[in-house]
Amino acid sequence: MSGKPKLTYFNGRGRMESVRWLLAAAGVEFEEVFLETREQYLKLIQDGDLLFDQVPLVDIDGMKMVQTRAILSYIAGKHNLYGKDLKERALYIDTYVEGTMDLMQMILTLPFSLPEAKEKNLPLIIEKAKNRYFPAYEKVLKQHCQGFLVGNQLSWADVHLLEAILMVEEKDPTVLSEFPLLQGFKTRISNMPTIKKFLQPGSQRKPQPDDKYVATVMKILKEAMYYSI
Amino acid sequence: MAGKPKLYYFNGRGRMESIRWLLAAAGIEFVEEFLETREQYEKLLQDGALLFQQVPMVEIDGMKMVQTRAILGYIAAKHNLYGKDLKERALIDMYVEGTRDLIDLIRVHHKFSPEEQEKNLALINERATARYFPVYEKVLKDHGTEFLVGNQLTWADVQLIEAILMVEEKVSTVLSKFPLLQDFKTRICNIPTIKKFLQPGSQRKPPPDESYVVTANRVFNRK
Repeated sequence: MSGKPKLTYFNGRGRMESVRWLLAAAGVEFEEVFLETREQYLKLIQDGDLLFDQVPLVDIDGMKMVQTRAILSYIAGKHNLYGKDLKERALYIDTYVEGTMDLMQMILTLPFSLPEAKEKNLPLIIEKAKNRYFPAYEKVLKQHCQGFLVGNQLSWADVHLLEAILMVEEKDPTVLSEFPLLQGFKTRISNMPTIKKFLQPGSQRKPQPDDKYVATVMKILKEAMYYSI
Repeated sequence: MAGKPKLYYFNGRGRMESIRWLLAAAGIEFVEEFLETREQYEKLLQDGALLFQQVPMVEIDGMKMVQTRAILGYIAAKHNLYGKDLKERALIDMYVEGTRDLIDLIRVHHKFSPEEQEKNLALINERATARYFPVYEKVLKDHGTEFLVGNQLTWADVQLIEAILMVEEKVSTVLSKFPLLQDFKTRICNIPTIKKFLQPGSQRKPPPDESYVVTANRVFNRK
């Protein structure tokens, strides 16, 4: 069964944004259904569409996929963004995306934490970006010398890293100042046609979360959210 | 480069336990180096052995791998525990993410105050019985074979049995409404490699105690 993947999520970044990035980078058009009311969400659960009662949900190739990592792995595998062998996949790509996922997770949960926590956590996130994650990827680029993180073509790892870089830069525009190779990487990957298109206004890329987004999510999920770094 | 995988972690479950389970299920012998002092950790950092300054780290096939999921994915694929095609992999990925979320609730339990632990215990019970176990019960029912995916043991089965036993340590009656999961538990626990791992003297670790917490805090300079 072909047809465009259909993404069900809130009208904002959250955990679905990495999926939007990867589909866009792969040049795959997709549709979106936005959750706006609790009733919509409860209906999805009643209909048995959400394996663990959670979104993201992506209808793709006849499967109702949930769990962000599972979705991303499937898309990467299907669209030749997952390296050429087990070693590239596991040793490099899986490892690198886990790092960028940890970094982006800190930022995506920030709007849902208590105000005192937000103030404390943002500097910690920037510190981790500058001292833990970006140095690691700068070193990979230096040693690998191919312009990509893995192999000699674009992979999920590159797309995910670009997403993370842009996200952190929104919080601190100077964050790449000590990382010349990452600066070059950012320019190069941003200029790849599919990604350049996604970065233009009018694409399905979502803006940073605002109060309205946070309120919508909390209303729909009615879950107590406690996140710590 | 052959040779046994070498696991670098604390002498306790934490994030490394799922890796011990999967290697054991695959019948792979492994050795362990336990972090006990800050100096050991700093040496690993200085040697550049920890890509993101974190453990778990597993030396395997000439590589120093970090990030639990990456390590598990590698072991699963290498030892024929990751399904036969992209779609089976997708199912396995979904299922292990679910059990991962459940295991993570329990993994951090000991870090909470007694009050918070009471709340967390209720959450663990609720999530296990209302969200996760019903799903796997249904998968077993609909799938009709002994395993969650395909017709042989996969990473998804191993992580589910790990999760079941972990929850049962906290809530002993948690499987009472899930007959198929009870059968699954019996069956999987009797697979020779897993049976061996469940016996005393194996490299399976006990639930975290006070000294585990103290060691981890010391190594990471946490207050």
